[in-house]
Amino acid sequence: MSEIIQSSAPVIQYPSLEKNSLDIREFKNIFLTIMVWGIAIMASIPLFSVISMLIIEGGARIDFAALTEIPPAGFEMGGGFGNAIIGTLVMVGIASLISIPFGIMAALHLAILDPNSKVATVSRFLAKVLTGFPSILAGIFVYGVIVITTGTYSAWAGGVALAVLMLPTVTLAAEEAMKQVPQRMKDAAFGMGCTRTQVIMKVVLPTGLPGILTGVILAVAGAAGESAPLLFTALFSNYYMAELAEPTASLSILIYNFSGMPFDNQIELAWSASLVLVVLVLLFNILARLVGRSKFKE
Amino acid sequence: MTSLSDTGEFIAKKYEPKGPVVLDCQVNNIYYGDFRAVRDSHIPIEKNKVTGFIGPSGCGKSTVLRSMNRMNDLIDSFRFDGSIQYHSNDIYGKKIDPVVVRRYIGMVFQLPNPFSMSIYDNVAFGLRLNGYKGDEEEMVVKALKRAAIWDDVKDKLKNSGLSLSGGQQQRLCIARAIATEPDVLLMDEPCSALDPIATRQVEELMVELKEHYSVALVTHNMQQATRVADVTAFLGVDISKGGRTGYLVEMDDTHKIFEDPQQKLTQQYIRGEFS
Ligand SMILES: Nc1ncnc2c1ncn2[C@@H]1O[C@H](COP(=O)(O)OP(=O)(O)OP(=O)(O)O)[C@@H](O)[C@H]1O
Ligand SMILES: [Mg+2]
Repeated sequence: MSEIIQSSAPVIQYPSLEKNSLDIREFKNIFLTIMVWGIAIMASIPLFSVISMLIIEGGARIDFAALTEIPPAGFEMGGGFGNAIIGTLVMVGIASLISIPFGIMAALHLAILDPNSKVATVSRFLAKVLTGFPSILAGIFVYGVIVITTGTYSAWAGGVALAVLMLPTVTLAAEEAMKQVPQRMKDAAFGMGCTRTQVIMKVVLPTGLPGILTGVILAVAGAAGESAPLLFTALFSNYYMAELAEPTASLSILIYNFSGMPFDNQIELAWSASLVLVVLVLLFNILARLVGRSKFKE
Repeated sequence: MTSLSDTGEFIAKKYEPKGPVVLDCQVNNIYYGDFRAVRDSHIPIEKNKVTGFIGPSGCGKSTVLRSMNRMNDLIDSFRFDGSIQYHSNDIYGKKIDPVVVRRYIGMVFQLPNPFSMSIYDNVAFGLRLNGYKGDEEEMVVKALKRAAIWDDVKDKLKNSGLSLSGGQQQRLCIARAIATEPDVLLMDEPCSALDPIATRQVEELMVELKEHYSVALVTHNMQQATRVADVTAFLGVDISKGGRTGYLVEMDDTHKIFEDPQQKLTQQYIRGEFS
């Protein structure tokens, strides 16, 4: 027995498993790795330059006055954009109050209640079209529907215009999140004796919450930075808002107005306002994640 | 001994239950759309016993089991023709609310399906759903202990149910199902994802459970059927006529089915002569 094994042992040729850098595959691998890294770095250059510019230029003028005072006129020095911060928060708030409940309810219909019906197919298609909708058209639409009928530019109109933009994003993201909830989990809930409403409230929505929140964050971040739809709806105001039915300032319009002015003071304020806008979106992002984080360890 | 239906199809000899029956399941036909999945089967589930379902894959064991708490109502194409008497009600009666039926007739599924919430909340889910007024924590702990998972999870009740291994998840699902103390527990191959030790524990659990509840158990494991089932129903599937309709071939006390089956099909299946 042992003789046979010994005599046959030298015949076996084990393949070499060592790395061979002359191998064409190895070469391709190295080449592609370098390419991918290079392109990734190049792609992040604009991002980092924007952020560093924002922090340097915008950070220079951030102080209590900038955050609370009203915009300066012409050659005036000082001033700030407190009214624009409030305006943006209020209008994004209105837009969220409209688009989040409607978006989630629409998503429920698309994902759970009647996913294959005609209504669902058509509305899903329309929502997808709307995500690529030029935002200025949302402004014109709301101008026609609300501004002309009420006879005034207003925070309401601005909020509705932003809601029109947010709605498809929220809907599609929430639909996707709810579809990810496995059928097995829903079966388990039905098996425990849940009604359909209870399955949705106790299982589908909590399980899909992280995905829904991601969609909401994306939509809010997009809406907070929009200026085109607000041009026709909220316009601008140099004063703190007293009511919702009057022209209202917003950060994005202030940035747009001030960055084109020939005065250093205004240009500096535009930078600061940009930084504030980015920080607001970031804060909201973090807040939403804290709220949405599951109460247990995965 | 056996009879034939109007169309000349085989109908099993009626099983005469020896004790009280909790679910008297008379299937005439079960359809998925045009597909006739199960026909003519009378399967009484006796009180305080484990009733086993065995049979080749696709013969309709899960279909019959899921009919017993109206889980199949969630499938649009599903149609049930027959009756299932639960106490004095036909659960397929017009006035019956399937949601309420499912609270009394619980179910453990083939694949573990815990909710994406903490282990504790998973087990407390049914209690909260039913508005349980007593000591919730006590019930949760009791259910976890009885499902033989307490030792695995006692230090991490706040962790997600999904963080457990497959076998642990299944025992968690069993704990969830028994926490509300349902009258009847339907179990569809509950041990298919478990290792031999956990399987043993779940089997012991089933034997223990039948003191208070009644259990219907689908299994592919013959030994499991002989170990835990008091009564066994063998379902076959008739492919000779082109269809794939399942039907009850024989139902009797487990030892009778395994030691002295009356039908040739049962003999062949038990001896492993066909899959
Ligand atoms: N939702 C469904 N829609 C259509 N047909 C179905 C559905 N569920 C099951 N069937 C069919 O009904 C028949 C019985 O299926 P069932 O799942 O009850 O078999 P089973 O005996 O549980 O098999 P297994 O042992 O593999 O679990 C099969 O032919 C299957 O294809
Ligand atoms: Mg099955």
